[in-house]
Amino acid sequence: MKPLLQVKNLERGFYGVRVLNGVALEVMDGSITGLIGPNGAGKSTFFNCISGLYMPDKGSVNFAGRDITRASPQDRMESGLVRTFQLARGFPKLSVFQHLMLYGQNHPGESLVASLAGSKAGQKHEEKLAEEALSIARRLRLSHVIDNPVTALSGGQKKLVEIGRALMAKPRLVLLDEPMAGVNPTLTAEIADHLRSLNAEGVTICLIEHDMKLIGSLCDPVIVMAEGRKLTEGSFEAVVADERVQEAYLGGRH
Amino acid sequence: MLSYLIFTLTLGGIYGLLALSLNLIWGGVGMVNLGLAGFFAVGAYVSALVSIAGMPLPLAMLLACVIGAMAGVIATFATIRLRGDYLAIVTLGFAEVVRMVALNERWLTRGSDGVSGIPAPFRAELGINGFNMFYLGLVSIIVLAVFLTMRRLDGSPFGRVLKAIREDQELATFAGKYVTRFKMQTFALSAAIAGLAGALYGHFQTYISPDHFQPLITIYIFLAVTAGGVGRPLGGLAGAYLVVFFLEATRFLGELFPGLQPGQVAAVREILVGVALLGVLHLRPQGILPEHIAPAPKTETTP
Repeated sequence: MKPLLQVKNLERGFYGVRVLNGVALEVMDGSITGLIGPNGAGKSTFFNCISGLYMPDKGSVNFAGRDITRASPQDRMESGLVRTFQLARGFPKLSVFQHLMLYGQNHPGESLVASLAGSKAGQKHEEKLAEEALSIARRLRLSHVIDNPVTALSGGQKKLVEIGRALMAKPRLVLLDEPMAGVNPTLTAEIADHLRSLNAEGVTICLIEHDMKLIGSLCDPVIVMAEGRKLTEGSFEAVVADERVQEAYLGGRH
Repeated sequence: MLSYLIFTLTLGGIYGLLALSLNLIWGGVGMVNLGLAGFFAVGAYVSALVSIAGMPLPLAMLLACVIGAMAGVIATFATIRLRGDYLAIVTLGFAEVVRMVALNERWLTRGSDGVSGIPAPFRAELGINGFNMFYLGLVSIIVLAVFLTMRRLDGSPFGRVLKAIREDQELATFAGKYVTRFKMQTFALSAAIAGLAGALYGHFQTYISPDHFQPLITIYIFLAVTAGGVGRPLGGLAGAYLVVFFLEATRFLGELFPGLQPGQVAAVREILVGVALLGVLHLRPQGILPEHIAPAPKTETTP
């Protein structure tokens, strides 16, 4: 397997506090990579630097053979790097359908001129996206709420919409920030199945999660972060057996 | 009485254009543009001055739109990092700058004397009443055309991106949308419509002065869009006609209550406007015609 995402020596500080302290890791093409670590290990900041929300102070990010360290979020998105947020975040008044439609990339109909004058290409693309959106909604069992504003959805449904709109962007790599947080066990299993089938279709997944059972059943390899750098990496069994990992989570043995 | 009704409807149409302009930028992309009266003034002055200098009216009005749009682009870049309250303050400042320029650059705008003798199309041929009827027709057709365009935009992929930016600008960035480009285009189009409204106003009144472009106009339009329904073109348009009718109807308060001084009548009118808005928003918090979510297309299930 080849690495799809290569991160070297990534550093980022806030107000003089070093949150990322030289992170170096790789996400293999076609894997479901788990990212775990105690609170404050820098996992979310790492995602934010990869997705372009923050610029790193030092280091480099390479995605699909291209240096994207300083690329704009839109650029990353268009090249197939898609993220979700820890708190399911949406456009409150827009419907599930509109959310899905928004994530279609390079839509010719979104230009002002095409929308005013009408364009064949735009119209065609819109219809194609609509079909995809409806099929993704069916797959995620969101069809019955497709016209509801996202504010009217349950927490679990919001998580499904997050996954759905990531799908609409035809990603190569999806960064999922705690996709199961606040989701009931039945739905967790369902989301895990969705992720597996997504992965089987060739999408690489990297997820932050605190549910260890889920990490164990879903992810290989698992990367452990602590104090702003990669602590270790390996199969779930190997990683949890590692004494340094236990120490990091317990904050040192007494 | 009929001519008064025609006047009110014409003014309602001009305010309607301003409401469509505001609804595009505020209801669409979520930018609070308190400088609406400024763009209105730019359009009025441009069209008035160039038509007096001899430019044919259709071209003068087109130029008013273009200069308005350019002012919108400049305003976008001047406020690129500002949102919410800060954007509101700066745009309010922009409108005041326009008014001060109109007041003080006498060589261009004749200062507080105002610009008079603005050409009114076919006024000589049609007579006063005929002209008023004709102008009402012209304004109404333009309002209808702009309204239909705005409604089309509202339901288009472009409009969907605007609403996403309005709801969460950062998230829209992570949906791959170039937020600044969308804002700039929207601001330009919105300012062009306000400029067109200004041009129509000038050629209707045949006289404009800085006093015609007080910030109060902007407030009335905000009131119209709020009461009518933010984010829905028909809502803002209906709101504008309602506000104008309400303002004109309350003009006769003095006759109903002869004991009131003229100053008191003006105060009572403004109190009534405020109370009416409170009443509308109490009954219909989203406005009279609230924004609605377009349903997903119902296609036959494809395998």
